Amino acid sequence: MAMNDVISLLISGLGLAGIYFLLASGLSLIYGLMRVLNLAHGAIFAVGGFVGWAALEYLPVEPDWLRFTAALVLATLAGAMLGILIEKGLLARLYGRPYAQMLLTLGLAFAMTAFLGGWLGHDPLTLKQPAWFDEVTVIAGSRVVNSRLVIVGIALILFLATVVFLRRSKHGLIIRAGVNNRSMVMALGINVSKSFTLLFVIGSGLAGLGGVLAGVFFGSVTPELGTQQLIFAFIVIIVGGLGSLEGTALAALVVAVLQQFVNYYGPPGAGDLVTVLLLAVMLLVRPRGLLGKVAA
Amino acid sequence: MTRTQASPVRSWTASTSVLSLRNVDVHRGEAHVLRDVSFEMPPNAVTALLGRNGAGKTTTLLAVVGLLAATGRMSMAGTDLKPLKVDERVRQGIGYVPEDREVFADLTVAENLRLAMRGPESQARLQQVHKLFPILHERAQQRAGTLSGGQQQMIAIARALLNDNKILLIDEPSKGLAPAVVTEVVQAIEQVKATTTILLVEQNLAVAARLADHALVLDQGRLVYSGPMEDFARDTEATSRWLGVDIRPKAVGGRGNE
Amino acid sequence: MKRTAARNVPLAIAVALFAAVPFLSNVSVPLVFDGPLGSLGTMQIIAVGLIFAALAMTFDLLFGYTGLLSFGHTLWFALGLYLPAVLMVGAGAPFGTALLLALAACLLLSLIIGAVALRTSGIAFAMVTMAFAEAFLIFVERNPTKMFGGDEGITVAGSLLPQAVRGVAGIGTVYWIALVLAVTIYLLLRQSVGSRAGHVLQGLKENPLRVELLGLHTYRFRLLSFVLSSMLAVLCGFVYLLVARVAYPGIAGTDFALLIMVMVVFGGTGRLWGAALGGFLYGVANIRLGSMSTAAFGEGLPQWISGPLQEPPLYIGLAVVLMMLFAPEGLAGLIEKASSRLRARLAGSRRGRNSGAAPSGSGGTPGGDGTETALAASGQR
Repeated sequence: MAMNDVISLLISGLGLAGIYFLLASGLSLIYGLMRVLNLAHGAIFAVGGFVGWAALEYLPVEPDWLRFTAALVLATLAGAMLGILIEKGLLARLYGRPYAQMLLTLGLAFAMTAFLGGWLGHDPLTLKQPAWFDEVTVIAGSRVVNSRLVIVGIALILFLATVVFLRRSKHGLIIRAGVNNRSMVMALGINVSKSFTLLFVIGSGLAGLGGVLAGVFFGSVTPELGTQQLIFAFIVIIVGGLGSLEGTALAALVVAVLQQFVNYYGPPGAGDLVTVLLLAVMLLVRPRGLLGKVAA
Repeated sequence: MTRTQASPVRSWTASTSVLSLRNVDVHRGEAHVLRDVSFEMPPNAVTALLGRNGAGKTTTLLAVVGLLAATGRMSMAGTDLKPLKVDERVRQGIGYVPEDREVFADLTVAENLRLAMRGPESQARLQQVHKLFPILHERAQQRAGTLSGGQQQMIAIARALLNDNKILLIDEPSKGLAPAVVTEVVQAIEQVKATTTILLVEQNLAVAARLADHALVLDQGRLVYSGPMEDFARDTEATSRWLGVDIRPKAVGGRGNE
Repeated sequence: MKRTAARNVPLAIAVALFAAVPFLSNVSVPLVFDGPLGSLGTMQIIAVGLIFAALAMTFDLLFGYTGLLSFGHTLWFALGLYLPAVLMVGAGAPFGTALLLALAACLLLSLIIGAVALRTSGIAFAMVTMAFAEAFLIFVERNPTKMFGGDEGITVAGSLLPQAVRGVAGIGTVYWIALVLAVTIYLLLRQSVGSRAGHVLQGLKENPLRVELLGLHTYRFRLLSFVLSSMLAVLCGFVYLLVARVAYPGIAGTDFALLIMVMVVFGGTGRLWGAALGGFLYGVANIRLGSMSTAAFGEGLPQWISGPLQEPPLYIGLAVVLMMLFAPEGLAGLIEKASSRLRARLAGSRRGRNSGAAPSGSGGTPGGDGTETALAASGQR
């Protein structure tokens, strides 16, 4: 095992972990707070990826790093907008019926994926990344592609921002308490649904942004991007423990780094399969997950 | 002297009554757990809600808060509670101290209290709460889950005291606590009871007798007694019939039975 | 006894209709089927419908009986196609041996996966089962063993199958096998699931992901349900292999697993015949819509409209959304509502009264009390 490979794989793993975290954290908290499993979360992720692709392709902004920033912002906004539409327009009408809500988001996932595929095709669309992204930086003697560093940096900033939001803001307090025991939060006179809407919008925005990062990571986007990554997000959520932000972050690291290493050194697909194996082992050893709070 | 029949509900008129239930029924799954319950609660007094396990005491509180669906009429200080959601009902002035405390284990003590603070007056009340339970001030930055049962009960009660509530619903404050801690909790409730209306669910008859002015007794979801606490507590036949307990052997720390 | 008899009338009618199909070579159903009912092409389509009906019911066994929602039920269906196909094509095993070996392997696998997945419940169970199903899809697509056919799948030549199900004449036999499969699974599950339907319906309105039924059943019981429903799905896979003669990745993996759930939901959760109806309609519609050219849809419109209009999942997805908003109890719920209304009207007119709709049960009314029961469910621990 060459040291060079190890460091570059480690950084790739960190980048992938960031993507998983962006997808999984919203999903996990949204479920933790309101018991809504948003199966359209992956589709929002894919929409974000496509918005990012379109922005990089068509936006007449120079220099290219500014265009990339605009792509991130637009994808986040697109995700957040979709989040508002879905939560306020549809889910709110089925309030208190999580099963019907989940199925509704399942329908949305089908429809949104089909929409993207019908409009833009099912073939991968390559993202026009800033030129600097393809260059390499030498870190501790090993060559690391810059785009990986960008992904790691952005994901780290967003992770910290999420932690600060949850720890410091009033809504964050309500969300943390609500994941713990929602009825009691309501019984303190707090309107949980307001915080839920906010959480849903933030989670959807992060998913949209995550879609762009995934596009950068894999080099291209497809309509099925969301569904594929949703599986790994699920694994991350269970391994980390439902409803725990820190657990999700930790599990994202474990799952992604493991996946990268095994995919690199093992036969094709082995890395993906190993994550499922990890899940099975986790369930046998500690079904609550690493830092689980919600008894599922 | 026994009161086998449900005595007519004391005639506090709806205008002076803080909480009024009329013909309230609650179903939980297939079980009919509250049957045609009606009562009025007078202001600035403690009303104990008594009965055996499963008689419907906790259910009554959950129905008032709105955590359980109920039919019939419910109003608080003239406001109809029925159309209101849980949080809206509570903001009308309910302080709810649930069975088993239900503190947020992962939040700090300070965060638990901050979450309960609704209005500008809460900050001043926080000072009073800290005076009442100094330990909550000392342990403010500690995770609530690491506190003892008694200290968690103090958080639960403190949360209800942080707002200018019209009524406190307190569910089994003595449950699972050591006798010395029970005394502390009882003393805390005694300190606030002069100025507050309290509906108290309590298994420990001695505690109830010491705190309550009035008693409501439930049996299999029906209200079977409503009257002065003193009368009920003294009526051994009634207590053994409805509660299956004898008050005498038990004592609350520091003070015997009347 | 009388009730059982009454319950059997619709079943008997349905079975009689399906049994009559092969003999109705002069009857055609325009728009729905190209050829007459008795034609081989139509029989093949109906057979697929019956298999999917059976598959949807096996999903309902797990959900209806134990309250466990699987997002990976298709794993067992896919294994029912893939394992015999691999054993026959890759390893040269004879048909019967291949089926037996596949059954044994699936039994073992369902015990192992069930034992692991049932360490969780509720939504975590759904996610875990989905991960296992997806793992199989990855395994098939990446194809590290070079035996699972990759994207192409594994085609099973007719010569590998028994004489009776081979060729043109075999279609008739396969049709009967599919019918027997569907009816057997229906009868088997009706016995066990039927009584639970009410509970599930209750859960549908409250919080099914944590249906309290869970608490009633021991781990061993849940494992048994899991294995049974998985093995029945494997059988559905066997029969589907006879019709399709190819094991392909499209029926493995998340999308199809979720589609099974869509079938059940569309037909009506909590009613076995609803699941069967949903599965049947999906099976038939999938083939018919696939063969119909959707290319003309939205012609002349801009690409962002016309493109999506040519994607079948768009319609499925939108239908599910509308269903959840307006008829969450599915087709079965709509049919039951309509029939009870009809019955009430008949009863009303018989009595010479011009009564309107009968006071229907609490079923599916999106009222304020829905909220409260949900709160109640979360309030009780």
